Amino acid sequence: MIAVVQSAEQRKRARNVGIAYLVLAAVTLFLFTQRPGDAGFRLTETAVLTLPAQAFGYALGVILVAVAVGQLWRGFGRLSNVVLALATALFFMSFLSWAAAGESFSFVGMLQDTVTRCVPITLGAIGGILSERSGVINISIEGMLLGSACTSAIGASLWGLWVGVFVGIATGVALAAVLAVLSIRYKVDQVIVGFAINFFALGMTSFISFRVLVPNPELNSLQPVQPIRIPLLADIPFIGEVLFVQTIFVYFTYLAVAVTTWALYRTKWGLRTRASGEYPKAAGTLGVRVLRLRYQNLLLAGAVAGIGGAWWPIGTVGRFDQNITGGRGFIALAAVIFGRWHPVGAFTGALVFALAEAVRLKIGNFDTGIPSEFLIMAPYVVTLVVVAGFIGASRAPKAAGQPYDEQ
Amino acid sequence: MKSLFASLRYTLLAVLASLVVGAFIIVITDIEALGSGDFAKPFGTLWTAYSSLFTGSFGSLRAISNTITGATPLMLAGLAVSLAFKAGLFNIGATGQMLAGGMTGLWVGFAFDLPGIVHVPLALLAGALGGALFGAFPGVLKARTGAHEVITTIMLNNIAAFTVLWLLKTEAFKREGRSDAISKFVNDEARLPRLFGFLDKRIDLLAHSGFLVAVASVVLFWWILNRTTIGFELRATGLNQDAAKYAGIRTKTMVVVAMALAGAFAGLAGASEVLGLYGFASASLAGDIGFDAIAVALLGRSSPLGTAVSAILFGALQAGGRQMQVNTDVPIDLIVVLRALIVMFIAAPLLVKAIFRIRGEAHSYGQTFRGWGG
Repeated sequence: MIAVVQSAEQRKRARNVGIAYLVLAAVTLFLFTQRPGDAGFRLTETAVLTLPAQAFGYALGVILVAVAVGQLWRGFGRLSNVVLALATALFFMSFLSWAAAGESFSFVGMLQDTVTRCVPITLGAIGGILSERSGVINISIEGMLLGSACTSAIGASLWGLWVGVFVGIATGVALAAVLAVLSIRYKVDQVIVGFAINFFALGMTSFISFRVLVPNPELNSLQPVQPIRIPLLADIPFIGEVLFVQTIFVYFTYLAVAVTTWALYRTKWGLRTRASGEYPKAAGTLGVRVLRLRYQNLLLAGAVAGIGGAWWPIGTVGRFDQNITGGRGFIALAAVIFGRWHPVGAFTGALVFALAEAVRLKIGNFDTGIPSEFLIMAPYVVTLVVVAGFIGASRAPKAAGQPYDEQ
Repeated sequence: MKSLFASLRYTLLAVLASLVVGAFIIVITDIEALGSGDFAKPFGTLWTAYSSLFTGSFGSLRAISNTITGATPLMLAGLAVSLAFKAGLFNIGATGQMLAGGMTGLWVGFAFDLPGIVHVPLALLAGALGGALFGAFPGVLKARTGAHEVITTIMLNNIAAFTVLWLLKTEAFKREGRSDAISKFVNDEARLPRLFGFLDKRIDLLAHSGFLVAVASVVLFWWILNRTTIGFELRATGLNQDAAKYAGIRTKTMVVVAMALAGAFAGLAGASEVLGLYGFASASLAGDIGFDAIAVALLGRSSPLGTAVSAILFGALQAGGRQMQVNTDVPIDLIVVLRALIVMFIAAPLLVKAIFRIRGEAHSYGQTFRGWGG
């Protein structure tokens, strides 16, 4: 999109972004410079990056002010996303150096944890994108993740890990089939079916957990998969440790993001999917079988979300617990909107939310003089600022939520 | 009248279908008994489970009191979700709004010394106001920046939860001699009177007059939507934002108004739990109510009467479910499954028609939520 003349809406948005940068700069200058001492970021087993917290805070604060001025004065045009990513990263670094002043912590461990934790959110979000891009609102991601987490734990305990993953996929597909049949064939309100599936999965898995798994612990005990070092790539200092010493679930997630992006924008299937999500009538007129496409995409979405659910027992803890997903499916939904229905955007959103979780687990140990509750909620506040200030309105597929009649 | 009968018939058939599926689930998950060839036991369990589901919800005065107690917050929070749906917004933030209203109501409840006739309404009003402010915030964000309410309300739920956790440990709120996150008691004068207070020595009847507040709110909801300009503009915004804008309605203002009103109802839910049921606040004050409220609103088609009836149905299932858990080895989570099935079957009249082979036109409803807003 080439915008030569800015509309009032665009100017307002640019101003919002500038104000948001100023907020970040103010927080950095007035809060993150208040604790003396050096913060140690452990990058590898031996290397430690030591940052003087106060000086670092002032330096980054000044940079953020400069960014804000640049934004309010001219804007960054094409580079605005890059600038946003860099500015957020700098803000985050100064937050960490403030919180960890006088101590040291495993920075590489935190980022590794982030990448691990983004798996179910990303896969759930891709499930959401696949269905919504073809025109069906998918609010049942949470239910698919939860259902698959439960059945894959049982399957893996009984018949081994791979069967467990397969059972998880089958569960996701089955729940997606319910959504598909009810919303496409019976034209039930898609949000209602989606929510009913969430409730069903929540109730059913808790029920199974208490009535079947607790009395029969052998059905819920398995050895989760171990991380795999990717040769060569894993040897890249720092980055290799973070990205390429991970379980197979993480590698599948990378693959899923790449393949979905390519397929949505570079294949016939992708074009048809997007057409039936935007303007199914036109797609139908041109010979696309909209309903069949929606069925296919929903089942595929269920399969992807099913793998995301299997991550809990098979990729991490080795068992299923009641409501183990803890609302990650809704976070995935937020990631879909955050990423404007684009796989890479949703992946970015998932990373942000996963980072929030990883930080929460680390930061509780620091004594900053500020109640830990505020540190824990900081990522949510930052997400609010980012969504309100930078992301703004995101346009959904136009036909998502509308039933379609094939003539 | 005929349509009322038809909709009643579909509702009953939907409940029946859900109970049949639930029965199937109870029987097949009793794997020990089935494994040892004892087929009588699961069916015995089934009978006890379903009969306690009824006796626990309507079988005695105490059961009815429990149903009312459970239905009260669900009705108020359900209205919060319904009202947002009417304006085309998806309010996932009832939990946070309940927490906000619960805390403001709590504060007014213990900080003042007033006669009950002033104190109770004042504390409730504070709760509604707290919820309204907290609810208006995502509305303002949406109107000013376009930030989607699904993201912002989820984030605000988390922010509210941790803020409450912190507040409950501050000097202003914390209870003397307790180190965990639990608040002072509200003054006795600020407590919502118990519904069955006139019956001596029945302290087991927990139902409180928050239920009357909820019923009054249902009427208020109906009145706002159908008898006021704001209600009309709100519905117009929800039906078609572009058309509403073209007709001169300030749709952005309506988004804020809708979220504030929704927050007020949820805030009342929080305040009525604090002032009526508990008498104090804890971190779990909102529980899963904000989430269940979405199902209540969906089941009730966002209509005032529908929301009220589904809240009572959900409250009854909850009360009966507790009884069932006491009398059998069937976990209370079965009622979450039953709720899901009821919502699903009622939303799918065509499906119920196919299952029960009913001839004639199926009852059709409009959509609750018209997409994400493109």
